[in-house]
Amino acid sequence: MPSLKDLKLRIESVKSTRKITKAMQMVAAAKLRRAEEAAQAARPYAERFNGVMAGLAAGMAGSDAAPLLMRGTGNDQTHLLVVMTAERGLCGGFNSSIVKLARSHAQELVGQGKTVKILTVGKKGREQLKRDFAEAQIGHVDLSEVKRVGYDNAQGIAADVLARFDAGEFDVATLFYSEFRSVISQVPTAQQVIPAKFEDSEDDGASTLYDYEPDEEAILTDLLPRGVATQVLSALLENAASEQGARMAAMDNATRNAGDMIDKLTIQYNRSRQAVITNELIEIISGAEAL
Amino acid sequence: MADVMKFDLVSPERALLSGQAKSVQIPGADGDMTAMPDHAPTITTLRPGVLTVELTDGTQEFAVTGGFAEITAEGTTVLAERAYPKASEHREAISGHLEEAKTAAASADGDGKDIAEKLVSDIEQLLENMV
Repeated sequence: MPSLKDLKLRIESVKSTRKITKAMQMVAAAKLRRAEEAAQAARPYAERFNGVMAGLAAGMAGSDAAPLLMRGTGNDQTHLLVVMTAERGLCGGFNSSIVKLARSHAQELVGQGKTVKILTVGKKGREQLKRDFAEAQIGHVDLSEVKRVGYDNAQGIAADVLARFDAGEFDVATLFYSEFRSVISQVPTAQQVIPAKFEDSEDDGASTLYDYEPDEEAILTDLLPRGVATQVLSALLENAASEQGARMAAMDNATRNAGDMIDKLTIQYNRSRQAVITNELIEIISGAEAL
Repeated sequence: MADVMKFDLVSPERALLSGQAKSVQIPGADGDMTAMPDHAPTITTLRPGVLTVELTDGTQEFAVTGGFAEITAEGTTVLAERAYPKASEHREAISGHLEEAKTAAASADGDGKDIAEKLVSDIEQLLENMV
């Protein structure tokens, strides 16, 4: 049975923990709003871009003139996994769920006899993947100094990936990030970027025949590297929003848990105090009776 | 014939301008072109240059560094990699790109060198235009 003083100290300490988690939750909520806005603002570009690329790609599909970035190197022996996680922890299962998806993916590929290379973005992913895939890690991008991710960051990562592709270091590149659905739901996602895939070809307007200036091939060669940067950017922005959402939910939980704990400890404290008083009374009364 | 069309200028980070335009002057990779309503559907890549938009309520000019434009009869969408309002305070940002392009040109070779050098001269031209 802890003494009254111990209980009091514990209540105080849980109270200050609650203050911290509450503050973190509010900070995350503010950051989440900004991150969500940024993700939304970037959407029109990505949508238009993909629309045009899908149209172009459909026209070029199967042609030998298609750039390497689109038709691939012809085999799929070496895979590059770009694992994007947060720079900080305390955001629930956010980092772990992305890493888990990437890890199972990597294990599957290794099981098929493929070579896996990993490029990590964000400190947490690197740390978690170090144990199983230390020798597969070929690079790391540190974004801890970056306050707001922008196109420049995305372009830097894309340039790194493209340089490795040109050097023949891998055949297939996949991005791992968390898609932001809502504050309580973030879905870890794998997206293949090289060779380029354009899923939403539900483009009914594809019936319009465009004039291309310069020709289609030149446009594709120019646009595909930008497409990689665009995809990296939307992944980064989705990730940023997801991270704040996950942190907000985690901190909300922690705050509530701390509240429950304080209630429990307070009841325990009150009971022990009452027990002490009762004891003292009994002693006084029995002392008086003995006289 | 409609005398206005929809115009959108978007960069990867956000939409910069959206409105009704009478004409849009685009710095295309193969030369400047002016898109007006009912233009034939065209997709062109951009070179660094000045994008001039004649809106129903005035003209706006932007410095763009690359990207592409999608022109249809109903409207024009410019997807610029980077776009700044054409004003002297943005010269610095563009000078930064010039430095980048110069280093890239110095290390490129073969076909890449020509392209990189063209990019450098395009950006220089753009900077002169912005004074």
